Amino acid sequence: MLAHLPILQVIVPLMAAPACLILRRPQLVWMFTLLASALAFIISILLLQQVMQTGTISYELGGWSPPWGIEYRIDKLNAFIALIISGVSTVVLLAAQTSIEKEIPQDKHTLFYILYLLSLTGMLGIVTTGDAFNVFVFLEISSLSAYSLIALGRDRRALWASFQYLIMGTIGATFILIGIGLMYQMTGTLNMADLATRLPEVAETRTVTTAYVFFIVGVCLKLALFPLHLWLPNAYAHAPSIVTAFFAATSTKVAAYLLIRFTFSIFGVSFSFTTLPMETLFLGLGLLGIFVASTVAIYQDNIKHVFAYSSVAQIGYMIVGFSMSTNAGLSAMLLHVFNHALMKGALFLALGAVLYRVGSTQLRDFQGLGRQMPLTMAAIVLAGLSLIGVPLTVGFVSKWYLVVAAIEKGWWPVAGLVLLASLLAVVYVWRIVETAYFKAPVVGKELVQEAPMTFLIPVWILVSANVYFGIDTRISVDIATAAAQSLFGVVP
Amino acid sequence: MNLSLATLLQLCILLPIFATLGIVALRRHQNLREAVSIGTSVLVFYAVVSIYLGLQGGATIDVNWLQILPGLSLSFSVEPLGMIFSLIASFLWFVTIVYAIGYMRGHNEDHQTRFYCCFAIAIGSVMGVAFADNLFTLFIFYEILTLSTYPLVTHAGTEAAKKGGRVYLGILLTTSIGFFLFAILGTWVIAGTLDFTQGGVFPAGANTAVLGFILVLFIFGIGKAAIMPFHRWLPAAMVAPTPVSALLHAVAVVKAGVFTVMKVCVLIFGIDLLSVLPTTQSLLYLAGATVLLASVIAMRQDNLKARLAYSTVGQLGYITIGALLASSMGVVGGSMHIAMHAFGKITLFFCAGAILVAVHKSKVSQLDGLGRRMPITMTAFFIASLGIIGIPPAGGTWSKWYLLMGTMDTQQWIILVILLISSLLNIAYLLPISMRAFLFKDPTSNAAVGIKEAPLPCLIAIGITTVGCIALFIYPQPLYELASSILQTSSIAHGQ
Repeated sequence: MLAHLPILQVIVPLMAAPACLILRRPQLVWMFTLLASALAFIISILLLQQVMQTGTISYELGGWSPPWGIEYRIDKLNAFIALIISGVSTVVLLAAQTSIEKEIPQDKHTLFYILYLLSLTGMLGIVTTGDAFNVFVFLEISSLSAYSLIALGRDRRALWASFQYLIMGTIGATFILIGIGLMYQMTGTLNMADLATRLPEVAETRTVTTAYVFFIVGVCLKLALFPLHLWLPNAYAHAPSIVTAFFAATSTKVAAYLLIRFTFSIFGVSFSFTTLPMETLFLGLGLLGIFVASTVAIYQDNIKHVFAYSSVAQIGYMIVGFSMSTNAGLSAMLLHVFNHALMKGALFLALGAVLYRVGSTQLRDFQGLGRQMPLTMAAIVLAGLSLIGVPLTVGFVSKWYLVVAAIEKGWWPVAGLVLLASLLAVVYVWRIVETAYFKAPVVGKELVQEAPMTFLIPVWILVSANVYFGIDTRISVDIATAAAQSLFGVVP
Repeated sequence: MNLSLATLLQLCILLPIFATLGIVALRRHQNLREAVSIGTSVLVFYAVVSIYLGLQGGATIDVNWLQILPGLSLSFSVEPLGMIFSLIASFLWFVTIVYAIGYMRGHNEDHQTRFYCCFAIAIGSVMGVAFADNLFTLFIFYEILTLSTYPLVTHAGTEAAKKGGRVYLGILLTTSIGFFLFAILGTWVIAGTLDFTQGGVFPAGANTAVLGFILVLFIFGIGKAAIMPFHRWLPAAMVAPTPVSALLHAVAVVKAGVFTVMKVCVLIFGIDLLSVLPTTQSLLYLAGATVLLASVIAMRQDNLKARLAYSTVGQLGYITIGALLASSMGVVGGSMHIAMHAFGKITLFFCAGAILVAVHKSKVSQLDGLGRRMPITMTAFFIASLGIIGIPPAGGTWSKWYLLMGTMDTQQWIILVILLISSLLNIAYLLPISMRAFLFKDPTSNAAVGIKEAPLPCLIAIGITTVGCIALFIYPQPLYELASSILQTSSIAHGQ
């Protein structure tokens, strides 16, 4: 049984999805989905343990040995990412039943859970597989279910947002497919490990460069790297709250994983950072993304938009770490992938609670919420402080590693800019705090109650994780640095 | 009760923070709630004094809470400078609570529970700053101090208060995250440690240009030290109730700033290294300019609290100068001035608050003849003014004396002249207040009006701090010993 964990990671949610159709009753379906996601979470914990102890696991699908058969290859990097995805998915699901009650019509509930499971399957599949074409297949599974999930949002703007995402996402997926196709053409293999050994022989050709560029642009579209982020804010703002919380914490992380995987373990650092000017390009885009998106976030009136733009900015931080192409920079990026999932999961879930009670996430509707929903607002404040990077939260740990990595590389101005950018986060978080705590509720408006426990428990699980991993950093830092080291160990 | 010194040290930080629970629980019973505040402040002061006595006996303290990142831990220890700071802060906290009870009730302020809670957290974090064993711990408590004082600054809840609060938070967070944290990270990368170490942490061959840059980041980043151009938050914070201005902006917050500057100069750079850095000289001149400009601006302020606020900016410059002089005399003078200025300035603020509560006046030009109506308050004001200016019989004399010696030691003649001119300016903006009160006639009152002093708790507090000003003139010995041992006691700082 333990030997089959890599495939179970994907098969469990995949098989659970159609099984939902048999159950039909929403309550049951919800519990079943939760169970499936929790199982996936347990599997990913076991996998990570195995990988940390014994090293990379290779699983041959159907007994066909690679490079002919499909291989599932689990190393520290993807075990870590799979843990984040399945963990956040499980916690977020705790609130799903309550949340969609008000946001999605009753008859679509089963459909919602099926799509959710498929989306989870897709993401876990992208992460675990060791086959380049498999990546594309799972990418399509996760994307198609994502478009439909976003379209389930409560007003018609969700349709438009979903359509925007559909167009951009399809372009991205096509680019990725073209990239993979070109790689296959040059090397005759789709197995990632095999690709890594064969690509250097043909690295000097223009075709390989083209393949890399197509692939990376496609991934960056999915990643919502500035300026390819245009689909993201609307998709996050108009999707059902649960979907936003889930995607904000996970979907861009999957793209970040692909970026790391293909750049570091398949094409290799020397190809991407020496042959091609990726360092300047990513550093520039990352910094621009941080500043532009954070500034735009300050001027948004819908809080979901605020945090959506903030997500774009946070991706900028990750990319800055990526662009350093050093061990420290990559560790910082991976840490931020983990930490950002915790922050944004907590924030968007708490916004879901606000939406559930107040019916809106416009800034003006936050007036007086500090007293009416004290626990929810306290969660938003704490997660917001983490987003800013206040000490004793995870945000501080990521910033610390990122800035230290920048200084070690000798990039003093970058270090300064990264710190200054945190101040923009102070502004947009503070707007919410001031409105919620210092403004009296609008006269004549109905007072609302604290969010139900089904929201508070998952929100506070995530908020506590923000604080816990900000104080006891051993687990996250160890895994992130080990993963980064293994990537630099593999690559010559 | 026989608690170990390490326990006492942790109690200093934790007691005020746990006291908030008691304050919240007793929010419906005013007297009990204030009793919690007073009781805690007495206990904390008792603990600090016990630590002081234990330290005199040669004991060392090292407390380690937890390790956050490899090599970075939340840990505490005691050294003379922190001792000075914690003694002053805990003592003046007690006095301020007494004063605040009189003031807040006399002034019918709202949200008193929130007020006392934030006050307690602020003091807990001041203790954390004072006892921090490394820059990382110091930084964390520095930030908690900023955040916990924000609700105090915006206490009134008016538009002006919110605006002041925004400036306050904006400047302090910008400088601390943008520069201070940057400097800490730079130190971490170059030195590999953030522990306060006698003689500094930087390796011998480090690039002095880079270190000079880091020093600039530190000086600007420690915004609480109010070096121009990052001093605007101090006048902005004057929208707070007077006890807040008194304790936090004459004692705790600003002193946390200069204390940090002092610590960084002495225990991160070390005065030997500091004296050869290329930027030290310009920073000295900047601090000198701050002293002069702030004094000039103070002269032009008619609002009493604003005048005192700018006076604080100037006096903080003295302490920064003391640290940057990079001589033992400068360090002694600067650290003594932390104490002297604390007692003088808190008395002045107490008096300003007393005037506001008793006769509802806040402008210097309205104070004519007030000496007859509020003789005790105005006498105290006069004595404290002398302390700030630095003439006997108040403690400020000694610290300014050593600072001047420090400038001569290092042959900083320009700074010497600046300090002398500034003392004259101090006279020019402080003494006229007392003169108006005692020598001028109140134009509005026709006949003799009776004495109308502030509530009794306020007067008691004013009395205590005024006596403190004088006592520090007569018995500066213990303070001097602590200050002069800052540079020598590596054994106490790290128990080697």
